[in-house]
Formats: sequence, C-alpha cells, structure tokens
Amino acid sequence: MSQTTPPDSRSFPLRRQCPLAPPPEYDRLRAQEPVSEVRLPTGGTAWLVTRYEDVRTVLSSPAFSADGTRPGFPTLLPGHEQILRRPPFIRMDPPQHSFYRRMLTQEFTLKRVRTMRPGIQTTVDRLLDDLLARTPPVDLVEAFALPAPSLVICQLLGVPYDDHESFQSRSKAVLSGASTAEQSATALGGLRAYMDGLITRKQREPGDDLLSKLVSEQLEPAGELRRDELLMMCVMLLSAGHETTANMISLGAVALLEHPDQLAALRSDRGLLPGAVEELLRHLSIADLVTTRIAAEDTELGGTAIRAGEGVIALLAAANWDPGVFPEPERLDVHRGNRHHVGFGYGVHQCLGQNLARLELEIALSTLFARIPTLRVTVPVDELPYKHGGLLFGLHELPVSW
Amino acid sequence: MRITADTTVCIGAGMCALTAPEVFDQADDGLVTVLLPDPAEELHEAAAEAVRLCPSGALGVR
Repeated sequence: MSQTTPPDSRSFPLRRQCPLAPPPEYDRLRAQEPVSEVRLPTGGTAWLVTRYEDVRTVLSSPAFSADGTRPGFPTLLPGHEQILRRPPFIRMDPPQHSFYRRMLTQEFTLKRVRTMRPGIQTTVDRLLDDLLARTPPVDLVEAFALPAPSLVICQLLGVPYDDHESFQSRSKAVLSGASTAEQSATALGGLRAYMDGLITRKQREPGDDLLSKLVSEQLEPAGELRRDELLMMCVMLLSAGHETTANMISLGAVALLEHPDQLAALRSDRGLLPGAVEELLRHLSIADLVTTRIAAEDTELGGTAIRAGEGVIALLAAANWDPGVFPEPERLDVHRGNRHHVGFGYGVHQCLGQNLARLELEIALSTLFARIPTLRVTVPVDELPYKHGGLLFGLHELPVSW
Repeated sequence: MRITADTTVCIGAGMCALTAPEVFDQADDGLVTVLLPDPAEELHEAAAEAVRLCPSGALGVR
C-alpha cells in the first residue's frame, strides 16, 4: 500500500504497509534498536520490544507485570484507561490471575474442545449453504468469518445469538482505533449492561451452558466471585471469543488466496492443515498490540535499562517475524511446521481459548475452500478495508465471488 | 529423560498435550498430567519440544 509520509519510529502504533505483513519499521527496530522508546497516542511513552527472545522474556518474567491497575500501565486506545480501573483478569498478575483463569481452564482443554468439532462443522456448513444461496459478490466477513465464531461462543456461553448485532458492534467499538473515549466507554457500558441482564436470566432459568455454570458455581454467595467480577469475565469471554477468530478467518482466507501454491498444497494434503493454521497465526499476528506490560522493578532487557513503572509493548508480530527464529519470515509456508510462534502470546497469560481457536480456524478455512473452490476476492487486496490502528488487526469487509 | 510438572504453576494452555500427547495429558481441571515421566527414546524429541513450548514454565526435563 502506498504511504505518503515516512513512518515516524517515535510515534506508535506503526501502520502496516502491506496488510499481510507487520509494519516494515519492525525489521529496522529489531536489527538496530530491539528495545526502543516510543510515544503513545494516549500520552506517555513505552518501550517497544521486537526480538523473539526479548518478547518471550517480557511475557514470562515476573519483572514485567500485566497488572492494569498499576499507575502508568500503557494503553493504546482512548478510553482504555477506564477498562483498567476494573480490569479483566488478563490484566492481572498471579496469584489473582491464576485464581480467575483456573475457573475456566477446564472448559477449554483439548479434550473438551475436540468434543465441539461436530457442532462447529455443522455451524460452518450451514453458513456456507446460506452464503452459496446468495448472489455474489458477498461480504465474507458478514456472511461467514464473523458469524461462525460468534455462533460457537454463543453456544458455549449460553448467549442468545439473536443478540449478535449488539454485542458484535459493541465489541468492535471497544477494540477499534476509530472510537473516541466516549464511544469506547458507551460500548463497554452497553456490553456490561447486556451481560448483567443475561446473568440475571441465568440465575432464574439456568441452562446447560458455561454462563449458567459460572453463575451457579462461582457467583457469591455459593462461590467466590462478586457480580462485577463475573460480569467482566463474561464480557471478556464473549468479546475475545468472536472478534479474534473472525479476523483470523477473513485474513487467513485472503492470505491463502494470495499464495495459491500454499493453498494448492493444503488442498492436496489435509494433513498440512494444523501446520497451516499455526503458520497463518504466525504470519498474520493479528493480536500484535495486545501484549502490553509494565516493569514491576528496575530491570534490563536486551542491554537496555528499564525502570520500574515504565510501559513495555511486546510486539507479537515483530517476534513472529524475527528471521533469527523463523527464516525468511515473509514467506507464508504451510510446511514450516512449528508451533513456537507467539501468535497466542506467551507466559501465564497465553490465550485461554487457543485450542478452540485452532479448531475453528481448521474447520472454517478447510471447509470454505472445499465448498467454494473458485473463491476469489473481488477488489485488489491492498484496497480492502483493514482495521488499522485498532487493538486487533483484521478486515471490516471482504467482498468475494466464486 | 525425566519429565517434571508443577501443577501450581500450570495454566492449562494445553500446549504439552497438543505437542506430545503420548507423554502429557490435561486432567479434568485442565492442568497437566504427565503420562510418561520417563518416555521412550522415540518420544524424547516431542517431549523436549513440549517442555520448550510450555508458556507457564510448569514443565521441566532432566
């Protein structure tokens, strides 16, 4: 994509030029200033970390805290300092973080997730039946990439899918770089109010779903969670459960269409599918900006002194394109066959839903290309509407034909 | 090879069970269970990879 002004390495976030690659400035930073100070759009500064090993260190060392209530915790979007006043548990350190996460780990084990395969396959098949009944061009985001993970997380949590427009648009607004602080706060308030009503319904009429289980087992007085804690946990599960995977499905489809040799390899050998999903997670690194931290003590990283209270941004895309770890990182290679990318983060905060996401991506992408072998994007790929400047990278729309 | 696992550190990401399912499993609570603390030689590579991939540092190998 063309860019008229040269990238300013001192302001952040940096913009992707090729939408299917991290900002090119990451390469220069990794080579020359692997730990470099930048200005944040919300004010203040933070350290950008671009080398794979340094990113893993930041995300796994107790010297770097995920506690969003610490003064000076870096935020990238206006209004997000409000979220951090009462943060979800992904913005907490152990032991608080472990206390909340352990209420959920049993729901996302490999075994549990694998039992969901037939249900996910049915969901994906139905969406593609409906899509194929329409006259192209069709927006693949609206018709497939967004509803597929939304339907899955709704079923898992016990959220009525009929409410999808409201929770999808509000989640998108909270994560968008285009929202003002007021818009973000209104959207988050709306999500909380919606979830509050849903919790009340689950108290009255519990169902066979995760929300009902959390309400009956974890909510006070039977359990240990205050209502606002449960509320925040459920809002996070709902939002994280659909936005992330939706962006990966649409961008993953584009990436494979842009690499027809890789798509052909995948079609001829379904055994490559799990590795292809890992490679797409590495290559696209949509959660690049999510892993922010704050130094809990004076420390050193890659030869740079970092003082307690200074913000740190461990760039997942920069780590995943570190040529010392992933040779020729710009090459999308479904044969690469490794899982040590940090697309799901690293350390104790690594994505709780990662095995569900892997399964959803495998089923969604393989079924999409099996059912619609002539799938094509109807506009040039660098002219598509991308989510620049948001917390998660992705596509607003993806017009396709077949 | 001797595999160790600290369930007080484990966060139930499931990377070990995904990478070396003969050696590791997740208990019902999601936390790691070592199926083969002293795996046969042909499983050493996968087991060592699982230890390297563990995000929480719960796994060790001696």
